[in-house]
Amino acid sequence: MERSGTRDVAVGLFLLAGILAAGFLSLRVGGFTLTKPDTITVYASFDEIGGLKPRAPVVIAGFKVGEVRSIDLDQNSRARVTMELDAEQKYPVDTSASIVTSGVLGDRYISLQLGGEDDVLKHGDTIQYTESAVLLERLLGKFIHNADVGGDPK
Amino acid sequence: MLGPVREMGFLASSFVVSLGHLGVFAGRVLAALVRPPVRVRELILEIYKLGVLSVSIVVVAGLAVGMVLGLQGYSILARFGAAESLGSVVGLSLLRELGPVLTALLVTGRAGSATTAEIGTMVATEQLDGLRMMSVDPVHYVIVPRALGLALVMPLLSSLFITCGLAGGWVVGVGLMGLDSGRYLSSLQASTEFVNDVVGSFVKAAIFGVIVGLVATWRGWRSEPTSAGVSAATTSTVVIASLSILLGDYMITALWGL
Amino acid sequence: MASPPATDPPVALRHVQHAFGRRVIFQDLSCEVPAQQLTVVVGGSGSGKSTLLRLVGGLIRPRSGEVLVEGRDITKLRESQLTEVRLALGMLFQNGALLDSLSVFDNVAFPLREHTDLDDAAIADGVHESLERTGLKDVDDLLPPQLSGGMRKRVALARAIVRRPRVLLCDEPFSGLDPISALRIERLLVDLNESGLTLLVVSHDAPSTQRMADRVLVLLPGQSVQGAPAQLLAHEDPRVRALMGEPIDPALVASEEEH
Repeated sequence: MERSGTRDVAVGLFLLAGILAAGFLSLRVGGFTLTKPDTITVYASFDEIGGLKPRAPVVIAGFKVGEVRSIDLDQNSRARVTMELDAEQKYPVDTSASIVTSGVLGDRYISLQLGGEDDVLKHGDTIQYTESAVLLERLLGKFIHNADVGGDPK
Repeated sequence: MLGPVREMGFLASSFVVSLGHLGVFAGRVLAALVRPPVRVRELILEIYKLGVLSVSIVVVAGLAVGMVLGLQGYSILARFGAAESLGSVVGLSLLRELGPVLTALLVTGRAGSATTAEIGTMVATEQLDGLRMMSVDPVHYVIVPRALGLALVMPLLSSLFITCGLAGGWVVGVGLMGLDSGRYLSSLQASTEFVNDVVGSFVKAAIFGVIVGLVATWRGWRSEPTSAGVSAATTSTVVIASLSILLGDYMITALWGL
Repeated sequence: MASPPATDPPVALRHVQHAFGRRVIFQDLSCEVPAQQLTVVVGGSGSGKSTLLRLVGGLIRPRSGEVLVEGRDITKLRESQLTEVRLALGMLFQNGALLDSLSVFDNVAFPLREHTDLDDAAIADGVHESLERTGLKDVDDLLPPQLSGGMRKRVALARAIVRRPRVLLCDEPFSGLDPISALRIERLLVDLNESGLTLLVVSHDAPSTQRMADRVLVLLPGQSVQGAPAQLLAHEDPRVRALMGEPIDPALVASEEEH
């Protein structure tokens, strides 16, 4: 077999490029983590989560500070969201969490408004102040209902 | 009147017979695969011919497809005010379907047909018989490095395709349409999940790689030892592999719910 | 390699029957290739000369009958067992069958690399010795597509003998060669035979057959004739004499066309 140095280098580069691309997709896109950055787990319950999904971002003023880990029902049949937040950031205990939408029909995510208290949320705490997702259908329904009431009789 | 029926019956039975041949062939390849010695030099050469030489077409096609997705996706999403989700639309389309399937079809056309032609020519020039007379198993020396090479390069090429596609979508969405770069990425990350989407795309690509690897080498192996025969074999590789990929894609998606 | 018992001929066919579809090639062929002799197989086109070589090499199996290589019936063997038998054989294909992605050196070295433990220096010696015997020098780095027909055959021959087989099978070694190259190959085959190699050569070149053969096997439709060249030149069947190189009577050509 002809020993070709350039060919071997090319194969090596190709394999490297492929593995890097695969790695990029796994880590930066798919969110595969080998080491867990320091996070605290925090809970919040909502009446309505809309289309909020696990892995949705949690942001403060648009800056991502965490992710939704999972969603389940609590004892009062409200949706309880489990979030993992960056432990470096401090979250006062009166911080509120609202579910907002990216655009009108976009993905749902959680936006935090930091409170003013000195005490901060610890691992396992629950956020007390929550604002549920606004469902477009309900909004339209209200609009139509109001229009009916104030408008022409049928 | 029975003519067409008989024709269909003949087609069906020859299809089954061919499938049987493919099964036997695949068995031989598998048996040779696990038998030492491992032909590393030959494998590296094949990875060069099949993978490295396919990079340019995969990168260009990936960028192009990503940009088209970006354009079309943006125009549809913007109508509903959901343009911020472009990242997730581009990403999911590429990861789940377009990446593995288009890469596989491109590789079939380029590397698959070249492999079939090469093996077919070796049949025609008695090189495979020459190997047998030298007590070397042609399946072990010729077929295995090529089939294995195709199977290995496919997930790598698919990842390159998808990455370039994401970049293409980014170029259109962020560069052209002015979306926020962070939004593009976070929308992409939010809607994609490692196991279902990323691993799923690797698995699909790997399965397609095995399909192309087996079909391309099989058609070359069975080719008639004439130039017309080699040409027919090459065409059949592209047809059979492409159809199998599309069908396989449907079945995987349906079964696994990808 | 250990030698087989002296009683078994290197190659023997017993009652071999073979056909391609409807076309019968051999009806009941029996013959022997004597050890250390140069046997030539002659016959018209389509008489089964190449088929015979492929049967001996185990590349195809006959419909019935036995093909014995050093006493072993290879028709009963699986491909993996044939691998062992073929170690004693060398085959020169009509077009060389060189691996066209490998250089001349790598082609000739191939059998040594696959089946021996020789180190690089010993392999290089073996390769160059083989190439020199076929009259080739300084061709190591050339690729098969760059070789002329004659050179390709000589490289293929070098490859076939590099592991010193006991039996050499040659399929039309002179076809496509100019007279000078053909004579070179002929001399080479005779030299190899004189050094102890058993040769089975398929050829339709009558003059060289007359010169080099110890024995000739003539394949005719449905039958075969064997003997020494001189015997066959005096054979009663005109077809045999024609194949052996006697000037051909036009009447013979006409009668052949009626077949």
